[in-house]
Amino acid sequence: MIDPMFEEALRVLTFQSGFNSAVVVAGTAALGLAGGTVGTFLLLRRRALVSDALSHATLPGIAVAFLVGAALGLPERSLPLLLAGAVVSGVVGLLTVQALSRFTRLTEDSAIGAVLSVFFGLGVVLLSVIQNLELGGQAGLKTFILGQTAAMAQGEAIAIGLLAAGAALAVALLFKELRVLAFDPGFAAVQGWPVGALDLVLMGLATLVTVIGLQTVGLILVVALLIIPPAAARFWTDRLPALTVAAAVIGALSGWLGATLSALLPKLPAGAVIVLVAGGFFLLSFLFAPARGLLAAALRQGRLRLTFAERRALTDLLDGQPVEGSVALWLRLRGFTRGNSVLTPAGQTAARAAARDRRLWERFLADYPALLPAHANWGVDPIDSVLPGDMVRLLEERSASS
Amino acid sequence: MMPDVQEFLQIDAPALLAAVLACAACALVGNFLVLRRQGMMGDAVSHAILPGIVGGFLVAGTRETLPMMLGALAAAALAGLLIEAVRRLGRLESGAAMGVVFTVMFAAGVVMIEQASAGGIDLDADCVLYGQLETILWLAPKGWESLGDPAVWAALPREVLTLAAVFALCVALVGLFYKELKITTFDPALASTLGIPAGLFHYGVVLLVAATAIAAFEAVGSILVIAMLIAPPAAARLLTDRLAAQILLSVALGVLAALAGYGAAAFGPMLLGASHSLNAAGMIAVASGLILAVAVLFGPRHGLLGRRRAVGRLRAAPGFVAPEAQKP
Repeated sequence: MIDPMFEEALRVLTFQSGFNSAVVVAGTAALGLAGGTVGTFLLLRRRALVSDALSHATLPGIAVAFLVGAALGLPERSLPLLLAGAVVSGVVGLLTVQALSRFTRLTEDSAIGAVLSVFFGLGVVLLSVIQNLELGGQAGLKTFILGQTAAMAQGEAIAIGLLAAGAALAVALLFKELRVLAFDPGFAAVQGWPVGALDLVLMGLATLVTVIGLQTVGLILVVALLIIPPAAARFWTDRLPALTVAAAVIGALSGWLGATLSALLPKLPAGAVIVLVAGGFFLLSFLFAPARGLLAAALRQGRLRLTFAERRALTDLLDGQPVEGSVALWLRLRGFTRGNSVLTPAGQTAARAAARDRRLWERFLADYPALLPAHANWGVDPIDSVLPGDMVRLLEERSASS
Repeated sequence: MMPDVQEFLQIDAPALLAAVLACAACALVGNFLVLRRQGMMGDAVSHAILPGIVGGFLVAGTRETLPMMLGALAAAALAGLLIEAVRRLGRLESGAAMGVVFTVMFAAGVVMIEQASAGGIDLDADCVLYGQLETILWLAPKGWESLGDPAVWAALPREVLTLAAVFALCVALVGLFYKELKITTFDPALASTLGIPAGLFHYGVVLLVAATAIAAFEAVGSILVIAMLIAPPAAARLLTDRLAAQILLSVALGVLAALAGYGAAAFGPMLLGASHSLNAAGMIAVASGLILAVAVLFGPRHGLLGRRRAVGRLRAAPGFVAPEAQKP
């Protein structure tokens, strides 16, 4: 039972299960890759949810394009026409959000909520008009809302893959410009960068990803492709190039695994599965990523507490004060004490080093508080590993003379 | 061609009542979302309740409202907690945190629906998105004169009664805690120094929004809920500077949108000679958007034209020197 299933899974994952499904899976992976790269800059620019308004605003455009196609007498629904309509109304929605938050006293979140719901409502009304007209090919329109990879034709999948690759390439080419825009738009403007135009480029790329993702993921969930991969990648690194690459990898993996799962198992809609796979990557990163994950942060904090308690207990023992409880046990396990909390030679050395560190740190904080390095854990880190040697010598002279 | 009285009372009146009550309740609590810069909370909550609704449906095995509502409430609370956890522990900005949580929960709901439909269960995402305004029926009244009979009123559809109760709850809570809501909205730091728990009111507002959204989505769908939480309060905010006036105005605009939108959807096509009606929830959302657009353009002090006129008056004032003439 499992074995043929497993073999089938392996074939789809390695693109050997027929050319068509391979193309669909590859196209979806490229879509995820583009979402991750473009989304990274949206996240840093704090515009993540603007794309939600954008994607909901595509619905009336799709409906109008369908009506136009029907009026022109096109035999079936033509995908390029529908997507062109999606681009137009998506951009109108986007500009409305920007105008509302710039020219009125409404804040951006209200502008996004209003545009998103009103445009989507208009789209729903137009869909009910289409339903009443009883035209052919209208059943496919609903797939734009929740997405469907099964309906994807080979040519469409190839086009999606190429456009997605183009979006990722554009991000790579404009990397320096987008970096300045993401971190310090004010500085960029002063330096003469065309900030407004760059913003337009970024939103244009987001529009591209949204529109080519409509068919696969659906307009409600396509925003997830732009938000979740960069948000997950954020836990792995603090450096922008690494962040962009990590977001692209997570996005591509989500698209690849999600499309595969949905092709293999019945009743798993592709869009939702892709989002759930991305959500799984987010959860793993949130918990276990070494740089900013929860587990790593908890471990760092625990180690800091332990080191602090250990050094404090050692200096206490050196001063002849008793140490009790779990710290005493810890010192014995480390081999710093034996018997009734008596310092061993190794303990003597460590305790003297701790006492010296504390004395010098106190002198440093009293004399040069403004020079404290940002990431130093004063009182815990050995002072020689944080401050330069001549500063340590100066502190030793001062603390000896006082 | 107007429909006869009995048809209006049995089909349109209950739908209109439900729409009006839903819009009024959403607009009322939406004021605090708009003022607290939490407009997207309504969006996040109304998407995130989907798995709760499906879960309640699957556990109970029926289309009873209570289990679905309890499931939705649980999902809303879970979404609130997750968003807060991702924002604080993950140090992500709140927009991204919401985006991650509500898309994943909505996707989980979509998968649950698809899996459940294997057993021949009829529940789809459409009814959550668009609501079922058209299916609310009030079979009791036979004509205008039967409205005098209390038994007819007692037979009001359950959706209308639920919405009336939620609207009453919103009015009571906002009325009771008006002072506290006002101060925690505009100056949470001052509120805290005065001993008013600003954090508690933050969660209270989110919870009230969730309860209103859940009560309303069944009748009008989650899209209309988002529109009504944001558009009428936003329009009212452009028309007045006083909170009490803004709240009253937003409720009035919400009711206006409901009446105009429903009227256009139900009777508009008939006036044009078409036989079918349009999606009422969508039309009400469009009406609220039009109201917001009018407020943006023509608001007396904060509208675009009003501001331009104010600048013109300043320029025409005696002693005014244009900035372009002041160059050294």
